[in-house]
Amino acid sequence: MPEHEADGQLATPTHEVRDFLHRRREQIAQRWADEPLFRTVFTVSRDEAVEASKVVVDALAQVADSDQVEDPDAAGFSGVREQLARMGAARSRAGLSNTQVASELAALRPPVENLLAADLEEAPAEHLRACSTALTVLMGTLRLVAMQTALSEWQALSDRQRLQLMEVATPVIRLWDGVVAVPLIGTLDSARSQVVMETLLNAVVDQHARFAILDITGVPTVDSLVAQHLMKTVAAARLMGAQCIVSGIRPAIAQTIVHLGLDLDVITRASLSDALRYALHELGADIVNPGAGQR
Amino acid sequence: MHTAAGVEACLPIRSDMDLVWVRQHVRQAAARLGFGLVEQTKLVTAASELARNTLVHGGGGQMEATHISSGGVQGLRLAFSDEGPGIADLDQALSDGYTSGDGLGMGLSGARRLVHDFEIDSTPGDGTTVRVTCWAAQPPRPREEA
Amino acid sequence: MSDAYSRPVTGHVPVLRLGDVLLVTLQGDLHDSTAQQLQQDLAETISRTGVRGVLIDISGVEIVDSFLGRVLAEIAAQAKLLAARTVVAGMRPAVAITLAELGLTLPGLSTALSTEAGMELLTQQTPAYRPDGPRQESP
Repeated sequence: MPEHEADGQLATPTHEVRDFLHRRREQIAQRWADEPLFRTVFTVSRDEAVEASKVVVDALAQVADSDQVEDPDAAGFSGVREQLARMGAARSRAGLSNTQVASELAALRPPVENLLAADLEEAPAEHLRACSTALTVLMGTLRLVAMQTALSEWQALSDRQRLQLMEVATPVIRLWDGVVAVPLIGTLDSARSQVVMETLLNAVVDQHARFAILDITGVPTVDSLVAQHLMKTVAAARLMGAQCIVSGIRPAIAQTIVHLGLDLDVITRASLSDALRYALHELGADIVNPGAGQR
Repeated sequence: MHTAAGVEACLPIRSDMDLVWVRQHVRQAAARLGFGLVEQTKLVTAASELARNTLVHGGGGQMEATHISSGGVQGLRLAFSDEGPGIADLDQALSDGYTSGDGLGMGLSGARRLVHDFEIDSTPGDGTTVRVTCWAAQPPRPREEA
Repeated sequence: MSDAYSRPVTGHVPVLRLGDVLLVTLQGDLHDSTAQQLQQDLAETISRTGVRGVLIDISGVEIVDSFLGRVLAEIAAQAKLLAARTVVAGMRPAVAITLAELGLTLPGLSTALSTEAGMELLTQQTPAYRPDGPRQESP
């Protein structure tokens, strides 16, 4: 195995690092396998940790080969992103903070640097310095990639959870043949109103509902943004051939709506039962008081 | 940090037949990136409005579609450009109900509401470029509303 | 263009006559000129046949932009001048959400959940319903 390029000329520092990574792949992997980051994640056997380490070493060599040691988007990293994400997630589950994970990642650098220094003992000091700088930058980029991946995993998880929460918080109830209702509880932000709108309109199609009741008894405040969302839902339902009724407008909210100068061009009812009564009447099924006989 | 995976396609907008291709291309690209049905429909509708603007007001032009990703979220960026007369009063053109053609005056202002990001560059006499971006999930930077 | 794209609908959209109602089924991606042609065909057919209603089934339509929205609104307006009522039936939720977001609420348009519901709506208000079976109108 050639220590340096054949014609006696020194390789560029990044290519020197690449050759070094290829040459010392086994040793680096052996040392990393003992580091907490690999040891605690790959617990089946030590070989598993060594193999996982080798994958990362190979990725680093590929990045060095393409001269992109500073670029977290280098193609070479794409193959290890998933593994890094899994490792980061495993450490987070074990209760480590992001900072602790970051320092475990940083701990991967010294063993490699020591190996490089030992390898290039004979090389000119200038060259060794340049090579170890390249390696440091490369390891720094790896750390960045790992943190980025972990953060986006976490973000995706929290987005998923938020979406699930929104869906759980938006039950559409079939009140009668052709009448569905959704009781809204809590604050309506833009993302949530989107979910409400979609869920309600899909229920309108599934249940052939001519009436859709939006009950806002549980909505603490109605500002112009919330009103806008309500109006959009009403308009979309109408385009599909269904009628929306907004029920549960508390006196304070009625006042706000008037103060804001909002024109809620929609059928409103004070309570959910009034809204249902209206819908049933429109469907031709009037509710009569049995005791009163004929009206 | 947004990374562009390169221009995916460049479609001419020269006739109303091309509008159909633009819509179908955008729908397929959005579906491939995992857009939900509603987001797909919104983006295709916005693309249809903007392509028609390019055709009717810009005298034809082109659409460039670029696949972008940020923090694991996939997105689609569409750029509609023409070398037409340009727009003299952008504020007016972006207001609801403003129309210079025979539409309902919802083209630009409406398209803007259907996408996550909207940018317009126009120099009178030099043409117009409209860039819109849509993400498959929530936009990567939270856009919480007050 | 490649075969991956479905052929857009060009030319004439068939207009079916069901008693006192004209039924139009729109599907797929409509070419602008096809939509305009339909508008013209409908005006002619209404005035020739004297029907009282027009039912446009758009359950197969994936997007309605402001152009198609305007065509639908104009069909309804011109049918009204010819003493016919127009009902647009079966709009998909995603399309309805997009139109609401776009700000196109098409207030002049009557809507129904399905063609059945639309037919009911139209025939209730057109007592002179003569069930003489479906018949293809040559536009």
